Amino acid sequence: MESGRARTTQGAAVRPAFMNRIRAALETSRLRNLMTSRRLILTLLAVVAGALLLAPVASADLLSPESGGSPNADDIDTLYKFVLAVAFIVFVGVEGVLIYSLVKFKARKGAVPAQIRGNTRLEIGWTVGAAVILVVLATLTFVKLDGIRNPPDSSADGLQLADTSRRLPPSGKSLNICVNGQQYIWRFTYADDCKAGKNLGAVFSYEEMVVPVNTTVTLDINAQDVAHAWWIPKLGGKMDAIPGYTNHTWFKVPGKFGEKPGGTVFFGQCAELCGRNHANMTARVRAVSVEEYQKWLDQRKSDIKSAEEQGAAQRKKLQGGGNTTGPAAAGQNPAEPGDVSDSQAETE
Amino acid sequence: MAATVEAPTTTVAPVPQVVAHKVEKPATGWASWVTTTDHKRIGIMYLVLTFAFFILGGVEALLIRLQLAVPNNDLLTPQTYNELFTMHGTTMIFLFVVPVMAGFGNYFVPLMIGARDMAFPKLNALSFWLLAAGGLVFYGSIFFSPPECGWTCYSPLSDTEYLPSGGVDAWIFLVHLTGLSSLVGAINFYATIANMRAPGMGWGRLPLFVWAILTYAVLLILALPVIAAAVTLLLTDRHFGTNFYDASNGGSPLLWQHLFWFFGHPEVYIMVLPGFGIISEVLPVFARKPIFGYKAIAAATLVIAFLGLLVWAHHMFTTPSPSLVLIFFMMSSFLIAVPTGVKIFNWIATLWRGTIEFTTSLLFAVGFIGTFLIGGITGIFVAVFPIDWQLHDTYFVVAHFHYVLMGGAVFTIFSGLYYWFPKMSGRLLSEPLGKASFWFMLIGFHVTFLVQHSAGMEGMPRRIYEYSDTQDLAILNLISTIGAFILGFGILLTLINVLKSVKHGAVAGPDPWKGNTLEWYTQSPPPVNNFDAVPRIRSVEPMKDIRRQIIAQTGAAEPAYMTAMEAGRLPGDGH
Repeated sequence: MESGRARTTQGAAVRPAFMNRIRAALETSRLRNLMTSRRLILTLLAVVAGALLLAPVASADLLSPESGGSPNADDIDTLYKFVLAVAFIVFVGVEGVLIYSLVKFKARKGAVPAQIRGNTRLEIGWTVGAAVILVVLATLTFVKLDGIRNPPDSSADGLQLADTSRRLPPSGKSLNICVNGQQYIWRFTYADDCKAGKNLGAVFSYEEMVVPVNTTVTLDINAQDVAHAWWIPKLGGKMDAIPGYTNHTWFKVPGKFGEKPGGTVFFGQCAELCGRNHANMTARVRAVSVEEYQKWLDQRKSDIKSAEEQGAAQRKKLQGGGNTTGPAAAGQNPAEPGDVSDSQAETE
Repeated sequence: MAATVEAPTTTVAPVPQVVAHKVEKPATGWASWVTTTDHKRIGIMYLVLTFAFFILGGVEALLIRLQLAVPNNDLLTPQTYNELFTMHGTTMIFLFVVPVMAGFGNYFVPLMIGARDMAFPKLNALSFWLLAAGGLVFYGSIFFSPPECGWTCYSPLSDTEYLPSGGVDAWIFLVHLTGLSSLVGAINFYATIANMRAPGMGWGRLPLFVWAILTYAVLLILALPVIAAAVTLLLTDRHFGTNFYDASNGGSPLLWQHLFWFFGHPEVYIMVLPGFGIISEVLPVFARKPIFGYKAIAAATLVIAFLGLLVWAHHMFTTPSPSLVLIFFMMSSFLIAVPTGVKIFNWIATLWRGTIEFTTSLLFAVGFIGTFLIGGITGIFVAVFPIDWQLHDTYFVVAHFHYVLMGGAVFTIFSGLYYWFPKMSGRLLSEPLGKASFWFMLIGFHVTFLVQHSAGMEGMPRRIYEYSDTQDLAILNLISTIGAFILGFGILLTLINVLKSVKHGAVAGPDPWKGNTLEWYTQSPPPVNNFDAVPRIRSVEPMKDIRRQIIAQTGAAEPAYMTAMEAGRLPGDGH
């Protein structure tokens, strides 16, 4: 290619000879391939070195999704980094050739543009090349998919739960929580059956979900009014909460996060536009040790019970005794969740 | 008009001049514009109207960025903020990128195929006025209560229960009117291209821009009826007691998402394919080389359009869906990267070993390639559905589609504007101002949107009116806001350039760039009847044949032809 520039300076008169030489060069393309493949290897090495240099930036997590709170988040992060590596090579390669050709083939006096209309072999080559890259990416995705989509068993020192009917982890045991999106708050119900009316006595909370570490937590996600999306970045991908549908995801927080008292809080927020205060629909997941979780659960049960009793007594007073509106209405008492969680925070 | 034909007289006149056209003086005055059925005037009205909406949408974008400049900002109320991003998205998609392509298509398809007008001139005028009506109805809502459900208007949020105001209805009306406008226009394009090509212009000699407009028309015809049906169901849900999207009454909110994206994804290709066409015209002209792999590019356009109809649910990877569905839509989205990659490779190969002239139009074209490549690559990330579970509905996706639509489609529009403005106005745009505009836009664009990838991965969802000062969100958003103003300044420079040059620009002459296609075979601006006579088309670059013919007739030697080419280059530079 260096010599191409020199040849073109001789002007249009030598064009036929020039074309012949191109043809000749194409015929000896095996030789050319050898040369370019050496160059290719050098480029690849440079790219790998560049990627290694970029690794610290990536570890600052500006270049990849959040992870660390759950194996599925970690697997997504790993898969993302594979794709990023491939993407980086493609990016450098294509932008490199683009910029090179812009600099190299800038119009100069006496330069003659090569009248090439195409090259079938080359075109088939890069079509197949692009397809091969995508096959590689698809394969990587399938390798990682199982670990992201399907929850594993709880660890031996996690919360050991009774068998449930859900199909999710291989052992059939998980802590199931019903996640319900409402404008603009999340409700968490600790129950195996999330169908309306099937979990009336179950423990519930708003905004903050408390879970034991080392335990596979499965989520049944739905919405009460408009569509929402459940997302705690460090605990894996998001899943939409859509009225009339139940969506599923899971996470399993490693034991180290439950070591200190009070556990570790993971933040997230609603990711699907749900109205004016969409930005304020936040969610927290607090991962605590198994013992602390049990304590929290008991405390929560008695808090809810006393709140319900208070509510019932108040209602009785207001309505002059007689009919109760039912526990579902009691659960929606707006004053209640705030009161309970505040008292909970103080007890710790 | 006679004055414009004198421009490059250095050697031979490169183009046979139009010697006689309709003697009647072209009508002037505003009434002549309102009643016109001339495809060129309609094209100009399209371009002026859509650029006005582009400016409006841009101002909305700057307000959005101002609100997000610092954490917990209270410049705008949540309601105003939601209204703004709904207006911004809807304006840019329905009132700018889609119709601006119809504007270029209107002006240049008949010229490029050697026709005297569109097949149905009156329908053509109807298309324009339906678009204007759609824009008017939609922007009328700012005096009442604009919609606040995003350009996607997902049900149930868009139901009367949650958004009782008429804003959503204005949005539905806009979708109907602009949809009708595009449908009528698409049928017109199809009929024109199928029936009115110059003698000798077989499908293999159709300019690539015309191929792109043909595909655009077919996609519009396939996708628009679906959104028209979807918004009609939404309208009856809102006002006539039906429950198509109401889960509590047996309807399905997912039905809306499927119908919307069955239109919404082809819409993306409706927006970028004509832009691809512009690039395929601009690059060979300024690289002075034939397009590399004409057939591959034309075929890739059709394959992208076909595959574009099979990828809609990749916008719905986080909805409750079986793995098999997710895998299907991941694979189909991957597939679409192949023809898109082929186009990028072909464009670069077109530049390879050419003699590239760095006009503003070419700068925007290569700026597009470099930027669009990033949008294409991030598209692969979001096509991998487990990765999309992290990226979906975050600023990563916002960055991704702005790389495709702003750095992609809008850059092609600017490339087309600088390329074709001399033909439409008879005057050249200022090159120094144009180049300044390009650099401000390119740098501003990347400063705005590159950091948004990181903001999204740090947990910032899209469409939130405020964010707390966690991680790096404050600095990332500040950078983004600064970039948006640099970008806005770049666009302002082109606006000034257009307003200045339309009256005072250097006279362009019929063929300032030494183009390849037939629109350069007439005066600038072309007379009402476009051409007196069109020669038989022998290749995909008829102007090259015509110039060769002139050389043969006048006996000019090849070097003289080369000098003529040099002389024709940028006569207005430095004005």
